[in-house]
Amino acid sequence: MAIRERLSGNEAVAYAIKQINPDVMPAFPITPSTEIPQYMANYIANGEIDTEFIHVESEHSAMSATVGASAAGARAVTATSSCGMALMWEELYVAASNRLPIVLALVNRALSGPININADHSDSMGARDSGWIQIYAESNQEVYDNYIQAFPIAENKNVHLPVMVCQDGFITSHGVENIMLIEDDKVKEFVGEYKPEHYLLNADERIAIGPYAVSNYYMETKRGQRQAMLDARAVILEVAEKFEKMTGRKYGFFEEYRMDDAEYAIVIIGSAAGTCKASIEHIRNTTGKKVGLIKVRVFRPFPEEEIARALANVKAVAIMDRSEMFAGTSGPLGAEVRAAMYQAHAKAEVVNYFYGLGGRDITVSDFERVYENLEKMAETHTVIGMYDYIGLRK
Amino acid sequence: MEQVWEKAYNFKEVMNKPERLAGGHRMCAGCGGTVTVRTVLRALEEGDRAVIGNATGCLEVSSFMYPYTAYEDSYIHNAFENAGATLSGVETAYRVLKKKGKIKENFKFITFGGDGGTYDIGFQSLSGAMERGHDMVYVCYDNGAYMNTGTQRSSATPQYADTTTTPAGKISTGKVQVRKDLAAIIAEHHVPYVGQSTFTANFKDLYTKAQKAIYTPGPAFLNVLSPCPRGWGYEPSDMMNICRLAVDTCYWTMFEVIDGKWVLNYEPKNKLPIEDFLRPQRRFKHLFKKENEELIPLFQAEVDKRWEELRNKCE
Repeated sequence: MAIRERLSGNEAVAYAIKQINPDVMPAFPITPSTEIPQYMANYIANGEIDTEFIHVESEHSAMSATVGASAAGARAVTATSSCGMALMWEELYVAASNRLPIVLALVNRALSGPININADHSDSMGARDSGWIQIYAESNQEVYDNYIQAFPIAENKNVHLPVMVCQDGFITSHGVENIMLIEDDKVKEFVGEYKPEHYLLNADERIAIGPYAVSNYYMETKRGQRQAMLDARAVILEVAEKFEKMTGRKYGFFEEYRMDDAEYAIVIIGSAAGTCKASIEHIRNTTGKKVGLIKVRVFRPFPEEEIARALANVKAVAIMDRSEMFAGTSGPLGAEVRAAMYQAHAKAEVVNYFYGLGGRDITVSDFERVYENLEKMAETHTVIGMYDYIGLRK
Repeated sequence: MEQVWEKAYNFKEVMNKPERLAGGHRMCAGCGGTVTVRTVLRALEEGDRAVIGNATGCLEVSSFMYPYTAYEDSYIHNAFENAGATLSGVETAYRVLKKKGKIKENFKFITFGGDGGTYDIGFQSLSGAMERGHDMVYVCYDNGAYMNTGTQRSSATPQYADTTTTPAGKISTGKVQVRKDLAAIIAEHHVPYVGQSTFTANFKDLYTKAQKAIYTPGPAFLNVLSPCPRGWGYEPSDMMNICRLAVDTCYWTMFEVIDGKWVLNYEPKNKLPIEDFLRPQRRFKHLFKKENEELIPLFQAEVDKRWEELRNKCE
């Protein structure tokens, strides 16, 4: 029987790590992900887990040691947030190009400055080009489920890519919710024993990792990473299907909420999807207007065709970004979803809004106004407030 | 267990051990870094397995150019500033996989970094790895500047050296600051073994220190003066002579710190004036100009001061 519990998102990740019992976890404290290594340290201190914790002196060293441990043949994990991941930046690329199946629990937090400890996606969105698979969660249940699914995805021989399992700082990481936990033996069986193919500590094979490879070989390594990302698509769906068989909980590249007949859609990532769902229920119940939501779960690889298909019949779409990219135009989600729709010759009116930067609240009524804008846009064929910030102080 | 370094040193026997850094790499003729790597790796007992780490630098880009590696052992290069952290990950993986019974064999862990990757950008990573007590050896091949990028000053660069970022010029006499004493700083981490060495005629000093560093349980640090013909400006064939002058002038001191006890390994019978070390090197050429004649006595005073400090520590 699954275990009914009440846990915060950080507790849920730590519990999943305990169940998986990875070999090595180097980590450095940073709000709001600090609790994850704290819980791990407690498990270790009480003999509940075999994992070796490395008390690194920085996040750069956290990812460097994770790369070393993974290259050595260990199942290696770490956790961080915001500036911590910014300090890892160089190593994110090294981990991905070395094709190391590292799993990083990222608790999304705004990047400095000004220094801000609350949720937005500037950390992970900045790392969207680093070659990591990125999976986002709306709730504690999702981050727990995503974390467990990350290992069979990362370690699949056609993938061999690191995975970033993202959740929104404080909102998800510290908010306590009801959660269904999976039994230890089922988690262990689902994740399986890690059997690396090529690794430094293999007595039967000597290998060298991290070459100098210039113009004559570099491009092929990038094409290899691209192929792994392409191949990861099928693996992500296979793993989700297997997970659904085990738990009954269904996952895909994204969740379509009330999209069957939707005329007006919002595309969003993370915890704000819950607020958006509440607004959808309210609008549908009070006005009968056909509003829906696409909540992106897998941002890397980007499910371009699938998203475009899901938006094929809507009249207007608002793409909501929880991070800036200072193009003066789109945010990262906005740019990619619009590109996908353009490629699919979509007819819908499209607007791209920014919300929730540095933890700014977004409310049900904010979403209701967005849907009102979409309706007007569809009627007038005029975009309302392209690139506006929702909830900005006057 | 017999301590391997207590065996009598037999130069011929040691030199006949199989090379663990294959020829054909692209390091320069007369490069001290390569000699350091070969000598340290030779100190591994034959048959012992090792994982070799490497900070970005001349050594890395010249010894592991895809698809060729010069290393007979498994090897990992990660980045410039994280050789300490990277190898600490490898070493931790080893301990946990050993504990779980997933690997049976014994491995040693040795990582190499230049002074840029060790004294400067990788200093924090090195300090963390030493403090955490990983069973590993960090070897700095100290050639006193960022040689891979073309001789920029580092905190290991001697005072007055002419480098591409501290050029001697009309109003400049080269690097302003004196060099950082990294071996002493690492010794202050209270690690079981720190050794400072360079190339002596039969390589006994470096070889023995490498053995001690590798076979002493816990973290160990070796700082090896490794001349660079391009950065220092000497003929490749003069490398051994330069090293001899470095130690006979007491510019470079040979010592070890064993469980906190400082031991002086070499005291020249006739301490030579520092000019003897400076004169054969292009990087100090400007010190011999008439207008800079007050600088060599200042250099000498710094050498003398450090030599006295070291002797006091070793008493």
